[in-house]
Amino acid sequence: MIYLDHSATTAVDPRVVEAMLPLWTETYGNPSSIYGLGRRAGAALEDARRRIARSLNCQPAELVFTSCGTESDNLAIRGVLLAAAAKGKQHIITAPAEHHAVLHTAADLAEHLDCDVTHVPVDRQGIVDPAAVAAAIRPDTALISIMLANNEVGAIQPVAEIGAIARERGVPFHTDAVQAGGYLPLDVDALNVDLLALSAHKFYGPKGVGLLYIRRGVRLLPVQTGGGQERGRRSGTENVPYIVGMARALEIAHAERESETRRLTALRDRLIGGLTAAIPDITLTGHPTQRLPGHASFLVRGAEAEAMLIALDLAGVAASSGSACATGAPTPSHVLTAMGYSPQEAMGALRLTLGRENTVADVEFVVAKLPEIVARIRGDK
Amino acid sequence: MSERVVVAMSGGVDSSVAAALLVEQGFEVIGVMLRLWSEADGDLQPRLNPHSATGTPQSSNRCCSVEAIYDAQSVADRLGIPFYVINVEQPFKEQVVDLFVAEYAAGRTPNPCLACNRKIRFGYLLNYARTLGARYLATGHYARVRRDALGRYQLWRGVDRAKDQSYVLSVLGQADLDQVFFPVGEYTKPQVRALAAERGLPTASRVDSQDLCFVADGDYRRFLADHAPEAVQPGPIFDTRGRQLGTHHGLPAYTIGQRSGLGIAAAQPLYVLELDVARNALIVGAADELGRAWLRTGAVNWVAGEPPSGPLRADVQIRYRAHPAPALVTLGADGTAEARFVSPLRDITPGQAAVFYDGEICLGGGIITDAGA
Repeated sequence: MIYLDHSATTAVDPRVVEAMLPLWTETYGNPSSIYGLGRRAGAALEDARRRIARSLNCQPAELVFTSCGTESDNLAIRGVLLAAAAKGKQHIITAPAEHHAVLHTAADLAEHLDCDVTHVPVDRQGIVDPAAVAAAIRPDTALISIMLANNEVGAIQPVAEIGAIARERGVPFHTDAVQAGGYLPLDVDALNVDLLALSAHKFYGPKGVGLLYIRRGVRLLPVQTGGGQERGRRSGTENVPYIVGMARALEIAHAERESETRRLTALRDRLIGGLTAAIPDITLTGHPTQRLPGHASFLVRGAEAEAMLIALDLAGVAASSGSACATGAPTPSHVLTAMGYSPQEAMGALRLTLGRENTVADVEFVVAKLPEIVARIRGDK
Repeated sequence: MSERVVVAMSGGVDSSVAAALLVEQGFEVIGVMLRLWSEADGDLQPRLNPHSATGTPQSSNRCCSVEAIYDAQSVADRLGIPFYVINVEQPFKEQVVDLFVAEYAAGRTPNPCLACNRKIRFGYLLNYARTLGARYLATGHYARVRRDALGRYQLWRGVDRAKDQSYVLSVLGQADLDQVFFPVGEYTKPQVRALAAERGLPTASRVDSQDLCFVADGDYRRFLADHAPEAVQPGPIFDTRGRQLGTHHGLPAYTIGQRSGLGIAAAQPLYVLELDVARNALIVGAADELGRAWLRTGAVNWVAGEPPSGPLRADVQIRYRAHPAPALVTLGADGTAEARFVSPLRDITPGQAAVFYDGEICLGGGIITDAGA
């Protein structure tokens, strides 16, 4: 099998598995317990927190562990808006190409809590204009939420610029960095962000754990209340093994980031070059260079995504169309729609995302196989 | 290198056994389920009449529900074959559901399985199977494919007469039959259940072939009231002399030859003779007014690929479960046909297909346009 869906999820790195092992049956205590076993688990938890804080250039106390990127986004948006209600600020600025975890959460608040949502448009390449964000800010704006990199088209957003504007205007700024985790630098000061969401399973960690960075001073109310863990911001017994795994995974990703970025970029560009040369009527979506290093997304005219994906699966290649969450729906991708593509065009969306184990041979196989598949679907001889 | 076959799976016993038999015969089998329609299904709500008095259905439609997908996926896992759900909602709506509604609005009684087989199963899906490199498409239909002395394909009834589905396959032609398998058509239903049991496959049918797969609770009247309320308006009931005897609830609720449910007290039993769409009137009469000796069809699909050279004697089935009635079939203009019955029939219904048989062989059929004494 050639796995080309790293944007959807990744395998857990063996080094991460190894790091997690002691936490199942040896250091299994509840970190809140008073006895030695509990304290040792607590130490492992805080050690993981410190290591992640180093990668993000933040304070350990500014990190809240969650179950996934979606939960992190929910905590950021709901938490900030709930707290801002007291000051009469219920306006959210976001963009139509965000992940549903952001869009549906904002929409939910608009429906049930009387919040007001402004969508700043994305251009044809899926990128937000910082000036447009600035223009949308109002006295009652409680939060700006713009992702660091888009899952469907790999577009990297001008987060540092937007963050600078947000800082100047005194508006908290959240970024969903789930797709960027492991690929782009996550220095929260350089990015000018106040809240940042990550999900471990995108960077060779386990599924079921994520985090939210919350800059000291940002007012936020918890979504999940109970025993008061994570400084009262996210109650629930801490998932120590997974958190330790996430820390190790992020460490590895950051240590290898520059060389891996070079390697993936070369593979990605070879894939893009090969496919655009061999298949007529194929378009690269997103930005040609301001995109994630392993991310290749296309629109193939006259071939439906579903048929291409099934044929690829039968040929041993795992790929996807829009986001993994949205498959099976006949409605076109909201991201492509926001970028101005018609439903007709969006039907042929194909996403190939390279990762650690992919090689030149994998790329060459797809460059040879996909044109045949497309030709058959199009009915060409 | 084994040949690739796509099998349309519903999660029920017939298509599961069909897939199993093909795997055992050495084909490279790929299971698919068609996502045809979703009533009562969140995002994909069809256009519903907001003033519908009947409310939304309680259960989702049977054909491609989450449970059906799970069942079919389980069978596929057991057989070790890949399984995909293929979305055909848009074509299905346009070519089957919209047609269904339009036919009722025109006073006819459609059988949507015919359009679905022609356009979707053996149209869209057959083409899709080809693009996936499959030489064949297989289904769990009870029917058989044979070849005559000249090598032409023939469509035969399934071995199990009570389950025979050749009627709804009468829309197929030579090119189709060259590419299809009907594995369970060689067996009786009890035999198919036994084959399933032996292999640890489900032994129950998922969709009863008689029901409308896309209507969640089987209530086609509610469906029509929701999608074409103008077609379900009350109107007068007249006898053949033009006297008004009562009021009907909307023409689609009635079928030719129907006796009960008229709500009229009369000296003798009254039967539905005609659905008069122009006047939105139901015409009723006595039993002796029912008999129709002939029917005419629209363009006929001849399975052999060309019409017969002259008139022929055939047994005609005027609906899916009707007894075949002997008739003389003559060809009309523009590919139409006329069937003159040896004995008059009481329930010839425009919109249904008249399918012609020569014993076990299904010759083809056409949609009934009108009938007369």
